[in-house]
Amino acid sequence: MAQPVAGAPEILTEILGGAQIARTIDRIAHQILERNGEQPIVLLGIPTRGVHLAKRLADRLTAFTGRPIPVGSLDITLYRDDLRRRPPRALEETRIPAGGLDNATVVLVDDVLYSGRTIRAALDALRDHGRPAVVQLAVLVDRGHRQLPIRADYVGKNIPTAFGDDVAVHLVEIDGLDSVELARAVPTREEITGLPGEGTS
Amino acid sequence: MPRHLLSAGDLTRGSAELILDTAERIDQAMAGREVRKLPTLRGRTVVNLFFEDSTRTRISFELAAKRLSADVINFSAKGSSVSKGESLKDTAWTLQAMGADAVVCRHSASGAPQQLSGWVDGHVINAGDGTHEHPTQALLDAFTLRRHLGRLDGRRIVVVGDVLHSRVARSNVLLLSTLGAQVTLVAPPTLVPVGVDAWPAQVSYDLDGALTGADAVMMLRVQRERMSGAFFPTEREYSRGYGLDERRRALLADDAIVMHPGPMNRGMEITPGVADGVNSVIVEQVANGVTVRMAVLYLLLSGEMDGGL
Repeated sequence: MAQPVAGAPEILTEILGGAQIARTIDRIAHQILERNGEQPIVLLGIPTRGVHLAKRLADRLTAFTGRPIPVGSLDITLYRDDLRRRPPRALEETRIPAGGLDNATVVLVDDVLYSGRTIRAALDALRDHGRPAVVQLAVLVDRGHRQLPIRADYVGKNIPTAFGDDVAVHLVEIDGLDSVELARAVPTREEITGLPGEGTS
Repeated sequence: MPRHLLSAGDLTRGSAELILDTAERIDQAMAGREVRKLPTLRGRTVVNLFFEDSTRTRISFELAAKRLSADVINFSAKGSSVSKGESLKDTAWTLQAMGADAVVCRHSASGAPQQLSGWVDGHVINAGDGTHEHPTQALLDAFTLRRHLGRLDGRRIVVVGDVLHSRVARSNVLLLSTLGAQVTLVAPPTLVPVGVDAWPAQVSYDLDGALTGADAVMMLRVQRERMSGAFFPTEREYSRGYGLDERRRALLADDAIVMHPGPMNRGMEITPGVADGVNSVIVEQVANGVTVRMAVLYLLLSGEMDGGL
């Protein structure tokens, strides 16, 4: 599997622009309503960008239904199973809506679904905050390469990626613009032709 | 951030604020939960190595480690091979062989945790060494202050009492000045350490003057066990000159808080009415101690494979 080399040239492709992200959020909001009907819904965003996406989704759900939708945030850092392998991360805010999670339909919201380990940690974290009746998952982008048997209920866009690719989600609230970009290392001659390239063996 | 937490002076403003912010988040994550336990440090071993009695600090560290799901071993010098003459270095090698990921060390000799940090691979946390330092106490004090006063820049904090024997005072002066506060030490001249001029704090012998308009007062325990010499004539005289009573508390700013690292000598350095009064945050300090120590353990023990913080 090709691994990106630090400093190696990359090809940047914009997968979603601002208007497309807005439409995607609208679509996911409709899907959530179709699936859950009148059930009480709680949206929980996973920091950092998941929280902003959850707020946007809640705004749209409120606009469509006319009822307020509780939104919270769930930091999963303390539940990760790879803390030893990563530099220490600053913790983000965990805020559970006042009504709690018991017997609610909780929709976890994140920007990118990749290995599935973040969502596993989120499920563990959820268990400590209450017992939701149903837990669903909404993501803006599913880039594949799952390491755990986890699947999203609502996907904005499936993006087939190579293992070494990088998917970057930018949101106005944090980055000043809305876009989803795929950064792919420029393929080597070997990868294109199947022949050994210069300096490779 | 250093690999070990040996001195409050080793913390930069950035790393101190990271610890305090992390503690705030941990407190948020733990609030209102049935299960007050996180899986963060599952499989890690934290050794509480206490060569000096301290129920309060040991329990606080033990609870912090357990709330993060670490395995905790309590090792006290009494009844151990230390009382049979084993050296600190031999104890360190034993801990090393047992694979301790973190060692929380309390010792009556200043500098013992520093020595230990050179002998073990795990992270060493100073839980009080002699009259030198007690950095996690300073962190929990700063955490408590920040909760009540907001940012500490320019805030006036008065530390009163046995500064000479107090590792709490030394660590607090270093940390609070790093965080931008102005610290004034007030003590009888006999209980002011030599070289205090080099500390980032003012020294005063006039408690009433120092307290006027201050944002917080931190009373220190008169450490009778360390008072081999005659440092003041009588307890009553000490109390009159340096004890905190209702009249003196009224000199503080309106939203000021009263702190004490405990255990208190009620009636000597602080009157019961003030210790239990509305502005007192002494019980809160104990609760905050667990949260801050959880933050320290998390920050030291995550990312270990990259060589610590």
